[in-house]
Amino acid sequence: MSRAAVIVFPGSNCEHDAVSGLELAGASAELVWHTETDLSGYDLVVLPGGFAHGDYLRAGALARLSPIMDTVAAFAASGGPVVGICNGFQVLTEAGMLPGALQKNAHLKFHCKDSTLIVASSRSVLTRGVAVGTELSIPINHFSGSYVCDEATLQRLQDNDQVVLRYAENPNGSLDDIAGISNDAGNVVGLMPHPERACSALLGSTDGLVLLQAFVGAAVSA
Amino acid sequence: MADAAAPIHRQLGLTDSELDLIIEVLGREPNHLELALYSVMWSEHCSYKSSRVHLKRLPTTGDRVLVGPGENAGVIDAGDGIALAIRIESHNHPSAIEPYQGAATGVGGILRDIFTMGARPIAVMDPLFFGPPTTARQRWLLEGVVSGISGYGNSVGVPTIGGELTFDPCYAGNPLVNVLCLGALPTERLVLGIASGTGNLAVLLGSTTGRDGIGGVSVLASAGFSDDDDQSKRPSVQVGDPYEEKRLIEACLALLDERLVVGIQDLGGAGLVCATSETAARGRVGMDVDVTAVPTREAGMEPWEIMTSESQERMLAIVTPEGLARVQELCARWEVRATVVGRVTEPAIGPDGEPIGVLRIRKGFDGEIVAEVPAASLADDAPLYNRPLERPSDLDARRADDPARLGSADLGADLRALLRDPAWVWRQYDHQLFLNTVTGPGANAALLRLAGPGLPESNRGFALTTDSNPRLCSLDPRLGTALTVAEGIANLACVGATPVAVVNCLNFGNPEHPTVMWQLSESVDGMAEACTAFGTPVVGGNVSLYNESAGTDIDPTPVIGLLGLVDTLAARPPVLSWNDGDTVLLVAAPTVALSLGGSRWAREIHGATGGVPAGLDADAHAALCRAVASVIAGQVAGDHALVTAVTDVSGGGVAVALAEMAIASGSGLSVALEESPTAFFGEGPSRFILATADPDALAARMRAAGAEVTMLGVAGGDDLVLGQVATSIADLRAASTALLEGVSA
Repeated sequence: MSRAAVIVFPGSNCEHDAVSGLELAGASAELVWHTETDLSGYDLVVLPGGFAHGDYLRAGALARLSPIMDTVAAFAASGGPVVGICNGFQVLTEAGMLPGALQKNAHLKFHCKDSTLIVASSRSVLTRGVAVGTELSIPINHFSGSYVCDEATLQRLQDNDQVVLRYAENPNGSLDDIAGISNDAGNVVGLMPHPERACSALLGSTDGLVLLQAFVGAAVSA
Repeated sequence: MADAAAPIHRQLGLTDSELDLIIEVLGREPNHLELALYSVMWSEHCSYKSSRVHLKRLPTTGDRVLVGPGENAGVIDAGDGIALAIRIESHNHPSAIEPYQGAATGVGGILRDIFTMGARPIAVMDPLFFGPPTTARQRWLLEGVVSGISGYGNSVGVPTIGGELTFDPCYAGNPLVNVLCLGALPTERLVLGIASGTGNLAVLLGSTTGRDGIGGVSVLASAGFSDDDDQSKRPSVQVGDPYEEKRLIEACLALLDERLVVGIQDLGGAGLVCATSETAARGRVGMDVDVTAVPTREAGMEPWEIMTSESQERMLAIVTPEGLARVQELCARWEVRATVVGRVTEPAIGPDGEPIGVLRIRKGFDGEIVAEVPAASLADDAPLYNRPLERPSDLDARRADDPARLGSADLGADLRALLRDPAWVWRQYDHQLFLNTVTGPGANAALLRLAGPGLPESNRGFALTTDSNPRLCSLDPRLGTALTVAEGIANLACVGATPVAVVNCLNFGNPEHPTVMWQLSESVDGMAEACTAFGTPVVGGNVSLYNESAGTDIDPTPVIGLLGLVDTLAARPPVLSWNDGDTVLLVAAPTVALSLGGSRWAREIHGATGGVPAGLDADAHAALCRAVASVIAGQVAGDHALVTAVTDVSGGGVAVALAEMAIASGSGLSVALEESPTAFFGEGPSRFILATADPDALAARMRAAGAEVTMLGVAGGDDLVLGQVATSIADLRAASTALLEGVSA
């Protein structure tokens, strides 16, 4: 069974939910404290949602300095699958592991609601085997989720098939309706929506499992 | 504000007779520091001195009650080794002065009350009351309060799963911001705020102590507002830091998990003096506090400032000397400050051999004693006032003025004006964290899985609702409060839950007005009668008085929070949306009468405040709610889904209820309804609207329980047609969002 590390910063709050989603997708998952520096034995790394270090200064700006982040970068550089969800996406951009940045929503309000996502690439570790154009119902929950980057970066993202997910209806002013992107190699993904919140019919949607199962599957093939 | 020339005890909010009582307790004149301690602990906010004689009349015991009123939170046994801690609080006056921080620290404060009991906070609800959001000031208050709840609650990591939003001119000068919190714990982890064991240490956890919030309970929360108060009272409002609170929650739960804590108490109103005196009083021990050991935010703070500061995100843990090193280690991991500030001491022995714990404030543990008072005299011995009661002299005239006489020029326009979708508010709240929220804000009641980090496995669920009916309470506080409890029971029935416990937040005007105390007394009686009839003990409450501005009291506003349980939660309950082709039924107790007295239509369309509200037949109401709950409990347990949509009929009557369902469904309905304000908007308890694909089976079950069943129509089409009044669903939807979307994008 694949073994996932869910990184916990002080201020993270979706770490238990991430563990639950990964377990439903077939992995075992453990919480790893941000001061650790060893990820050996793990097949997958998840940076969960929340407010790492209180989001002080800027969302993710302090978390990138936590001791674990050098190890996460090395894990990614060796091809290991990494996904950052919501605050985790913000951390990955601040750490330079993904291009661009996430700024405050266009309407300057926090938004927690259902959203419809459209799969834009089947190349990433989060969408491998999921057909382009697949619609997924997965909630968003963020204040700073509006993706921005310069024109050259956007062109590169589009040309290299790095736009992973788009919103069917743009909820926050994101450039090109972007909900999630990957790095060039496709093994590091950041997304604002919360797939772990869509893993149960009782809660309203199981579409998040489509993504998390692809991610867990990527551990074996990585 | 206090007059600078007045004697110091009066400046601090104490009366002359209260000063005499302090001198009698101490056997001498108090010094300034001691006077400051009494002034905050004997404030209305901390001592409930005007309301306690009435609150004694509430039923507080039941099979599931583990902890009743008087502790930091009520606790009930939810089964499967899981207990639920629940509390409701107000943060009205701070929010009127500084809406963002007032609301934010209201959330922070109640979370601490919950994790003090050993419970992880897993749900928050926010009943909010403002003036109509048609002025810049009301929009500023609304936006500030909602952003404060959103900013603090989302960040600290507790989902906000529901609430209430009421607009009425009576709240324009004094908005109400109530907050309910529920936490879950393994039953065996339950802890109480008790100090014990001579030589044990009092460790202050969390934030440093600053000059914010000094006098919050006495100067701010226990007096009304006049015109020029905004500026002068702002320093009494605290400032919140959700990141500090999040780490404090995790650190405290870790300490409790390792059983390192003998007793624990949050620092809220009245700060360190409250936490030290209450823990010592409950344990019948003394406590020495070294005021110089308290980490402060700025130099030069006086002992009275340190002892009464309401700086947020602080807890007081009583630990053994042997456990201290491990406590400090765990706190360091969570970057939480932990400082020994006190020691538990042997109680003195009173004249009758009884233990008397003495609270001593010292400069250094072996240093000068700057205050020395019996702990229980601060915590428990505030004078109780049985203030004069007087029925308002204009009440009979108002009750005789039935708003039915006013008529309606355009029933369709009235309906559109009464529609209000609060999604603008709750979309700003994380309502899904912890993966428990099956139905959240916008539903009749929130229904959640009974689960959370560190809890035993369970297939149960719990349901929460908050309700209020201030318009009805202003005409009949006794009946109005009973109807509010009844509405909560009906809301729980809509998600199949069995009601098990009540918490209440009594928001009233100035207790020195005899009419306000009459309202409070009547309201308590109405709650007691209803809770007895429905078998729901009251496990906690909060009283917020002095809700007045420029001499005018708010309408009596008792807010009722109801907790219900579901034995098996395996499927989603029906919500508001029906399917095309469903049959829509009105199901009512046989005794229901309707009235426009105190209705939303009378108040919001005509500004009319008169009339007599419809009465409550508690037995018939309970039987009807049980019948509805039974059908839906079967569905959420996984049985055949007989009911496709459900709501209870409350404010705005059957027209508003049907419009909300049509909007949610995107599917219309045509109903042969008499075209009168009473038929459209009349209010009365014990009515549900149910939609089903199998009306014969559903009607049979409801009739078997004694209910009257009326077929309203078959769902379909793009219009809601009531009598000859037709409105498109698109127009209804636009009307429902117009007011709040106008506040900001």
